[in-house]
Amino acid sequence: MNLGTRKILDRSFTAVGFGSIAVMGIALLIVLAPIIYNGIGSVFFTGTLEHRNMLFNEFGRGDKEELVKENAASEVYRKQIYGMLDAFEAELETMEPEKKQDYLSKYGPVRTALQTLIGPLPGEETAILTRYKYGQTRWEKAEEKLHEFLYEAKWDYSNPDVMAKEYFVSRAAEFEGTSLVKLFPYVEKHLPDVLRPRFTVYWGFLTDSSVDSHIFGGIWPEIQGTFFLAVGAMLFAFPLGVIAAVYFTEYAREGFFNSILRSANSTLAGVPSIVFGLFGLAFFINTLKVSESKSVLAGSLTLAIMILPTIIRAAEEAILSVPKTYKEASLSLGSTKWNTIMTVILPAALPGILTGGVISLGRAAGETAPIIFTAAVSVGSAIGLADVFSSPTPALSWNIYNLASEHEAAAEIRHVQYGMVLALVSIVLLLNLSAIFLRARISKKLKG
Amino acid sequence: MTADSRETSQKEQVKTANREIYLPSERKNISGGGTPHVVAKDFSIYYGEFEAVKKVNADILSRYVTAIIGPSGCGKSTFLRAINRMNDLIPSCHTTGALRFDGEDIYGKFTDEVLLRKKIGMVFQKPNPFPKSIFDNIAYGPRLHGLNDRKQLAEIVERSLRKAALWDEVSDRLDKNALGLSGGQQQRLCVARALAVEPEILLLDEPTSALDPKATAKIEDLIQELRGSYTIMIVTHNMQQASRVSDYTMFFYEGVLVEYARTAQLFTNPKDRMTEDYITGRFS
Repeated sequence: MNLGTRKILDRSFTAVGFGSIAVMGIALLIVLAPIIYNGIGSVFFTGTLEHRNMLFNEFGRGDKEELVKENAASEVYRKQIYGMLDAFEAELETMEPEKKQDYLSKYGPVRTALQTLIGPLPGEETAILTRYKYGQTRWEKAEEKLHEFLYEAKWDYSNPDVMAKEYFVSRAAEFEGTSLVKLFPYVEKHLPDVLRPRFTVYWGFLTDSSVDSHIFGGIWPEIQGTFFLAVGAMLFAFPLGVIAAVYFTEYAREGFFNSILRSANSTLAGVPSIVFGLFGLAFFINTLKVSESKSVLAGSLTLAIMILPTIIRAAEEAILSVPKTYKEASLSLGSTKWNTIMTVILPAALPGILTGGVISLGRAAGETAPIIFTAAVSVGSAIGLADVFSSPTPALSWNIYNLASEHEAAAEIRHVQYGMVLALVSIVLLLNLSAIFLRARISKKLKG
Repeated sequence: MTADSRETSQKEQVKTANREIYLPSERKNISGGGTPHVVAKDFSIYYGEFEAVKKVNADILSRYVTAIIGPSGCGKSTFLRAINRMNDLIPSCHTTGALRFDGEDIYGKFTDEVLLRKKIGMVFQKPNPFPKSIFDNIAYGPRLHGLNDRKQLAEIVERSLRKAALWDEVSDRLDKNALGLSGGQQQRLCVARALAVEPEILLLDEPTSALDPKATAKIEDLIQELRGSYTIMIVTHNMQQASRVSDYTMFFYEGVLVEYARTAQLFTNPKDRMTEDYITGRFS
């Protein structure tokens, strides 16, 4: 091969290498940017008066006097709106029955849309679900709902060859000639006066329980559940994994039995996580009956089984990478095998073992499938430490899935879902960073 | 070896066929030494089927320095490591015949290899301090054997470091990581670490092969200092080193102990043709 070809080959490898790293970076950015942007939006956003009312009523947070003042200011405009509704309702009574019926059928949705926008109207029964007790708590949602209030969405089916088209009809036009026609421009103009949007920092999103299945409130039960599950899994898997690794590297004799054990371990590492989930249900809950039904304990055990092979492998590699000379030195000083392992080999292998442990912890925190059948519930309050043996818990990974696919008002609370994703990604990232930090620190200490 | 004695030894150089050999200076006989400390009787070591050391018969004399030389793969390290049972780390390794330490069978059924290693210290080819502080390195052995009193430990650490001629260099940084020392210092630290357990025998497995000449000279001086207090066995590739530091020399070839004699005699007047060929550099 001549020099020119070799150079071209070398350069093309460099170029392809750089290229693939750049593609990865861009892909990561494309994935992460909306998560970060929207996730941050669950804490920092433009909140309305309704949000502050909700916080005060549900969590007892906020300045009461300030709220009273604000509500009074809002009431001025609300009164106008309510007055217009009353006037129209009175007008309806004077109409001919047919016309009245026609308007009534159009008036119902207007009322509902208005109620969604600014909260319950006077004269309504008190709602049971908390979500109906308040109007829009986030300004960007309020603007969306305002549009729904102002325009009726209709579908154009006229051309059967193409898909139906959505088009909007002004509701104001539908009420042309009645007193209600004034309502629409009034609400459009004075919505900020009614809802009083203001930049809000809601740290409670991370520390509050959810209210009415995540419509309001925060994600603390999920964060705590994830924490319990991951730490619980570590409690079981870490000691067991390190002991197993010590056995493999220091005590096991090479033989048929040992090679079977090793390949079993490797195979376990490749089993899909949903299989672990089903196994956990069948083994821990149905067979061993560690708890009556789903519980943090059962979930932790399942996660532990899932991350065990990774921990064993990481620990094994860490132990094998300890220079053999340390072991020789220790033994030559009259140390027992046990002592050598405890005082020389394990401390020297610690960076590697801990890295494996923390990465497994991150994996346990992020896994969904193993906890579906063993630990996770979609809605729940934060559980106490004493309840981990019997109670299931919400967890970030499972609730992200749940909010994305099964929640009845999924579209209304995308911000909560993004918030959860960001929280989970941050937790995993933080764990991995701490692993790197820990490794560097201990390695430095070992190297002197 | 002090500077003076090195000069004398240079005066004593003897020209052999094509190589300069330095003879050890006239050494004092060691009082109380010279009794058989380690005794091998038809002692063989196998790696699986392969016989690495073949039927060795030898008495290693107490408090003298015995060097083991021979070409690579001749079984000299294997023999050395058999004495404190470091070969146990190799699963396929087993022995026949007898190897006795103070009359007790090293490979006996009831021998506690941990106690044995406490009495037979070892220093390895590559300096292998633990990634701990200098103090903790030296104190490792005594702590293992149950000593926890900080003051006593400090005494042992100082004594051991002084014996290993390292005290003056490290006394002000005992709490620093031992891996920060130079290679030669690390090796002397390893000697000090071995001495801290107060062994009777010190096995040195090519202790200077990873060191520069200056550090090598220091280790050799150290061996001279320790001569008379410990039974020392040193495996070396370097024949000049063997002649400089040892009282007795064993020459191994392909697992066989070809010749075992006083160093001066072995290097000047070898009985065996093979020994002569080796020390004169006809093969290596």
